[in-house]
Amino acid sequence: MGPDVTWYLAVAAFLFSTGALGVLLRRSPLIVLLSLEIMLNGANLSLIGFARQQGSGDGQIFALAVMAVAASEVVVGLGLIVAMARRRLELDVDRMETLRG
Amino acid sequence: MSVLLASTAGNVLVWIVWFAAAFACLGSGVAVVSFSNPFYSALALIGNLASLAVLYLLLSAEFVAAAQVLVYAGAVMVMFLFVIAYLGWRADAPWTGRPTLQRLAAVAAAAALLVEVIVVIGLKAGGRLSREADITGAFGSPSEVGRLFLTDHLLAFEITSIVLLVAAVGGVILGHHARRGDREAR
Repeated sequence: MGPDVTWYLAVAAFLFSTGALGVLLRRSPLIVLLSLEIMLNGANLSLIGFARQQGSGDGQIFALAVMAVAASEVVVGLGLIVAMARRRLELDVDRMETLRG
Repeated sequence: MSVLLASTAGNVLVWIVWFAAAFACLGSGVAVVSFSNPFYSALALIGNLASLAVLYLLLSAEFVAAAQVLVYAGAVMVMFLFVIAYLGWRADAPWTGRPTLQRLAAVAAAAALLVEVIVVIGLKAGGRLSREADITGAFGSPSEVGRLFLTDHLLAFEITSIVLLVAAVGGVILGHHARRGDREAR
C-alpha cells in the first residue's frame, strides 16, 4: 500500500496554511497572488486525493474547474497590478484603501 | 513470494517518490512566501506546481497532472514572470520593519488554521479514510475526464468557458484603463 488519502490531506493542509500565511503577511500584491495560487493548489490536492479514495472522477472535474478559475483570477489580478504600476501607485496592498480609480 | 517481494519494492518506491514530492512541495511553498524578490517566488511556485503534478500522478489523475504542468507551470507562470519583469525593481518586496501586531496576528491565524485542519484529519484518519476504492485503468485518463465533462458536468464546462471569457474581457478593460492612467500620470 502506498500512502493513503490522509497523507495527501496533511500535505494539502500544510500548503493551504502556507498560502494563507503569505496572503496575510506579505504586502506585495504579486506575492499575495502567488500565495493565493498555493492556497488553491492545496484545495486542489485534497479534491484529487478524495477523488482517488472514492474512485469517482467528479473530484478531478472540480479540480480542473478550480484551475480555470485560478487562471481567470491571475489575469484580472495581474491586470490590476499593471494598472497600479502605470498610475505610479506604490505596490503595497495596505495602501490600497479605496476602490475609487 | 517473489510477487510479494516485487509489490513490497513497488510500495517502497511509491513512498520514496511521495516523500520527495511532498517535501519539495512544502519547501517550495515556504520559499514562495519568504523570498523578498517576487521573481524567485514565482520560480519557487513553478517548482511547487511541478511537485504537485507528481503527487497528482501518484493519485492516478494523469490528465489533471498534465493540465497542471501545461496551464499552471506553463501559461500562468509565464504571465507572472512577464509582469514581474515589466515591473522591474518596483516589484521587489523586502522584509522591512519590526514584527507588528498585524504580522503576529497573521502568523497566529495561519498556525490556528493548520492546527485545526491537522487535528480534524488526525481524528478522521484510519477507518473509512484509509480504504481506497478499486479503480480501473481508465480512471483519470483524458477520455474519462472528457466523457465526464461532456455528460455529467456539461453545465460546469459551459460556465467555465463563460468565466474565462469574462476574465479575458476584464483583462483587456483593465489594460485599457492602465493606458489611460499612464497618460494622466505624465
